[in-house]
Amino acid sequence: MKYSIFSLARNALSYHERWPLAWRSPRAKSRYDVVIVGGGGHGLATAYYLAKEHGISNVAVLEKGYLGGGNTGRNTTIVRSNYHLDPNAHFYEMSLKLWEGLSRDLNFNVMYSARGVLNLCHSPADIDAAMRRGNAMRLNGIDAQFLSRDDIARRIPNLDCSPQARFPIQGGLLQPRGGTARHDAVAWGYARAADARGVDIIQQCEVTGIRVDNGAVAGVETTQGFIAAGKIGLAVAGHSSRLAAMAGIRLPIESHTLQALVSDPVKPVLDTVVTSGAVHFYISQSDKGELVMGGDLDFCNSYAQRGNLPMIEHVIAACLALFPSFGRLKVMRTWGGVCDMSMDGSPIIGLLPVKGLSMTGGWCYGGFKATPASGWLHAYTIARGEPHHLNAAFALDRFERGEVIDEKGAGPTPWAH
Amino acid sequence: MLLIPCPWCGARAQIEFTYGGDATLQRPAVDATETDWVQYVFLRDNPAGAHQELWQHSAGCRQWLRVSRDTRTHEILESAPAVEASPGDAR
Ligand SMILES: Cc1cc2nc3c(=O)[nH]c(=O)nc-3n(C[C@H](O)[C@H](O)[C@H](O)COP(=O)(O)OP(=O)(O)OC[C@H]3O[C@@H](n4cnc5c(N)ncnc54)[C@H](O)[C@@H]3O)c2cc1C
Ligand SMILES: [Zn+2]
Repeated sequence: MKYSIFSLARNALSYHERWPLAWRSPRAKSRYDVVIVGGGGHGLATAYYLAKEHGISNVAVLEKGYLGGGNTGRNTTIVRSNYHLDPNAHFYEMSLKLWEGLSRDLNFNVMYSARGVLNLCHSPADIDAAMRRGNAMRLNGIDAQFLSRDDIARRIPNLDCSPQARFPIQGGLLQPRGGTARHDAVAWGYARAADARGVDIIQQCEVTGIRVDNGAVAGVETTQGFIAAGKIGLAVAGHSSRLAAMAGIRLPIESHTLQALVSDPVKPVLDTVVTSGAVHFYISQSDKGELVMGGDLDFCNSYAQRGNLPMIEHVIAACLALFPSFGRLKVMRTWGGVCDMSMDGSPIIGLLPVKGLSMTGGWCYGGFKATPASGWLHAYTIARGEPHHLNAAFALDRFERGEVIDEKGAGPTPWAH
Repeated sequence: MLLIPCPWCGARAQIEFTYGGDATLQRPAVDATETDWVQYVFLRDNPAGAHQELWQHSAGCRQWLRVSRDTRTHEILESAPAVEASPGDAR
């Protein structure tokens, strides 16, 4: 069924009790052309674009829990393409362009809101770096604007722009087309659209092994039995190392927990996404009115996906230094998500050294915004058996070739990115 | 937050420590192959389970520890001096 004003009116007449389910829950077949592991945004988007762009619809998405229960449903929903290095700029800009048309394409409101993403500068060195990045963005055709302290004070009145501030604000780099989107809607929208094109979405189905015959994948062992497939795509966020290890591959990745929290909901007080690299803090207001903020890693390897008070205290301290008036709010909820921290801070999207196996992962702090382009390019790579020019630079072998994409220049320490 | 047993100072809060990462990495010889170096610099086992890792008690005795910790539960299985030295040497 197409969602529209008419379907809404029609279903209002039956008190919204007759809406059809948004997707089927079929039993897994014994064989598929392609199996995608991971029912987050990236896995579901990969399946959707396989069906839509390449006519490959004999596809299953296997999810060990429920759709979007991983980082897709845990992230702070910032969408942007304000990167310096060319491969990142082109890739994230492709993604942002897809975001701009996504609700219409999926016939599902993903609530993409181009409210602007502002990176604060607290020192002359910050300003130099922001100018350099802003100029690089503009050369790549991406919107970027430098704001003075006065511009910022006018735009965001509750931000402490006084010279006495703990971290005095000297300017900022704004990407006006950056913003937020609704995380759950992205998983649900892609799931519904993929299902409509014949993709089987199988929840509560954990992949426990990858069967490899003569150097090529033959299928996956799961908690619902063996499923044969000639091509397997991994989209498992913080668990990429575990899945790759099932095929005998070691990755340049460590798993770390990233923290976030929301305040109780209040009336609109903040209409821009504000970030500060100096204190590693970012904040936005959700449509429900909560202030959504984060966050750093716990800084030790973890698959535990749990909160951590010292890090939450750090986030709140940064919040109050920048927005003193938010001290009256209460913390409503805190949580953590397990992220793939890659050795250069950039993702791995491409083929793996076992025939038929590919992955999209290594997202570090920021793979939600990448969801549409990651799915599109992963699907292309699976269908064609080779990467598109926009993901060729994100190949796994870039590490041995010495062609790392280290946006921050932090070196091979995964928790430093 | 972790409570990390320091062999010199006893159980202390995680915020007193700095993480040093995977303790099993062996620095290759200078003339080792490129593959050895790639593995050392970039590749990690990243286990879900017992992980051998380094911590420095940076806001305490400043010694380096080798800790075995379960990455699924955060349970600390073992904690010992990173180099072969007895806690008595620190005095
Ligand atoms: C606190 C936090 C804040 C973040 N903030 C932002 C942000 O503001 N902007 C941004 O762009 N990014 C952000 N990110 C990163 C972003 O959330 C992720 O990069 C992105 O959601 C990854 O999507 P995914 O589909 O790959 O992963 P997920 O949604 O995690 O999906 C992977 C799925 O794989 C499943 N899975 C794992 N192992 C198996 C198995 N063996 N068998 C079957 N299924 C399996 C998991 O259950 C999971 O559902 C944030 C992350 C966190 C944790
Ligand atoms: Zn000590």
